[in-house]
Amino acid sequence: MKPRVLLNSIQLNLTLRRLCYQLIENHNNFENSIIMGIQPRGVMLSRRLVKILHEQYNIQDIQHGELDITFYRDDFRRRIEPLQVSKTKIDFLIENKNVILVDDVLYTGRTTRAALDSLLDYGRPTSVEFLVLIDRRFSRHLPIQADYVGKTVDSIESERVNVMWKESDKKDQVLLDVLRENDE
Amino acid sequence: MSELSVEHLLGIKYLTPEDINLIFVTADNFKEVINRPIKKVPSLRDITIANLFFENSTRTRLSFELAEKRLSADIVNFSASSSSVSKGETLVDTVNNILAMKVDMVVMRHPNPGAGVFLAKKVTAKIINAGDGAHEHPTQALLDAYSIREKLGEVSGKKVVIVGDILHSRVALSNIFCLQKLGAEVMVCGPTTLLPKYINSLGVKVEHNLEKALAWCDVANMLRIQLERQEIKYFPSIREYTLQYGLTMELLKKQNKPIVIMHPGPINRGVEISSEIADSDSSIILNQVENGVAIRMAVLYLLASKIKR
Repeated sequence: MKPRVLLNSIQLNLTLRRLCYQLIENHNNFENSIIMGIQPRGVMLSRRLVKILHEQYNIQDIQHGELDITFYRDDFRRRIEPLQVSKTKIDFLIENKNVILVDDVLYTGRTTRAALDSLLDYGRPTSVEFLVLIDRRFSRHLPIQADYVGKTVDSIESERVNVMWKESDKKDQVLLDVLRENDE
Repeated sequence: MSELSVEHLLGIKYLTPEDINLIFVTADNFKEVINRPIKKVPSLRDITIANLFFENSTRTRLSFELAEKRLSADIVNFSASSSSVSKGETLVDTVNNILAMKVDMVVMRHPNPGAGVFLAKKVTAKIINAGDGAHEHPTQALLDAYSIREKLGEVSGKKVVIVGDILHSRVALSNIFCLQKLGAEVMVCGPTTLLPKYINSLGVKVEHNLEKALAWCDVANMLRIQLERQEIKYFPSIREYTLQYGLTMELLKKQNKPIVIMHPGPINRGVEISSEIADSDSSIILNQVENGVAIRMAVLYLLASKIKR
């Protein structure tokens, strides 16, 4: 079946701008805040947010980290495919900061759980918020909700949300793919 | 590629260059972990590991123990001197008894070459060889190559000389395999009595003069004279050995180029290497020790990911 377009390029960029406004509302000039992308796909989103905040809203020197959660996952050894490790890049202290975790899709909530565990191993932030571009509601395995949501979608297990960025996938868009039965 | 091609780590000779690179890339991440304020990740929290040391070891055992603890594994330790091995129990029986207590992985050091390979055929746990006789010591070779990569950017094309007791050294054999698989050139240097007869079949250069060897190399790995293994006299005296093969600052300064100095430890200061060099900036001996934990974490993690529940 042909994938359904959830957000096209224009819609996606509007949504990103709105998310940036919401962040500015709560974090002002980001003096005491950190944007933390979750590896691998959340990092693309967090980089884009930082870029928009810098270029369009003139907010300088946002502290921006990248968090790899591979070693904290709960499905290690339960998957058929082995896990690929990515880099963690946090060159500042998170102690007493407001951390905004960023990921592209919120589905079962397990990645978020792992990200929280991983993050807290770096120190004790004042607060942790969670931003996602796409929230697949009614599919949570854990009691986790996002503070900032780009778009909420209803989807079933055999579907997959595919967030594409022009930096890596040539085009800005969000698709809802239907997996073939044997795919997963 | 994100999976090892082997089920156990028995020796470098069973690994592909891709395996070695995967271990290095994974170790990079663990090196970041062990430099954090909280040096621990929960990856192996449902894995139990037995450290079986049928032969004495301080640093390898400590390094493995730390690596296991930093991955949150449960561990049990065993040393031959205080066990029923001295009551005549066979290796397979000893290990099967330990495995009956639900152990997932075994880290083993044994005085007999091939003990790990033998065990891997008999039991279901993942085996990691922490040194088997004069055969292999794979994690040491991996951390040596990893330290070279860290210091010089890459291993490929580098010239590495291994100096000293090649005959009794599992470190030498594993190092030769590992460096060659990664595309480095290897030379061994030592008195004829301390080179094995089969040395030509390994495809390495042989040199008996330390000064010439230093002129050729980028990296010198100084092996320890294994005083406990000199059951017959291989050289007239320690003093004679030091005069011919001991690395001193004088000798190093004659070479007008930087040479990376390595040593697998424990050092006999003033025998194979002078104190001055061991503590100098050319030496990466303590980096090797630090990298040892990261490499062992990577090996444990990658092998554990093959245990399916």
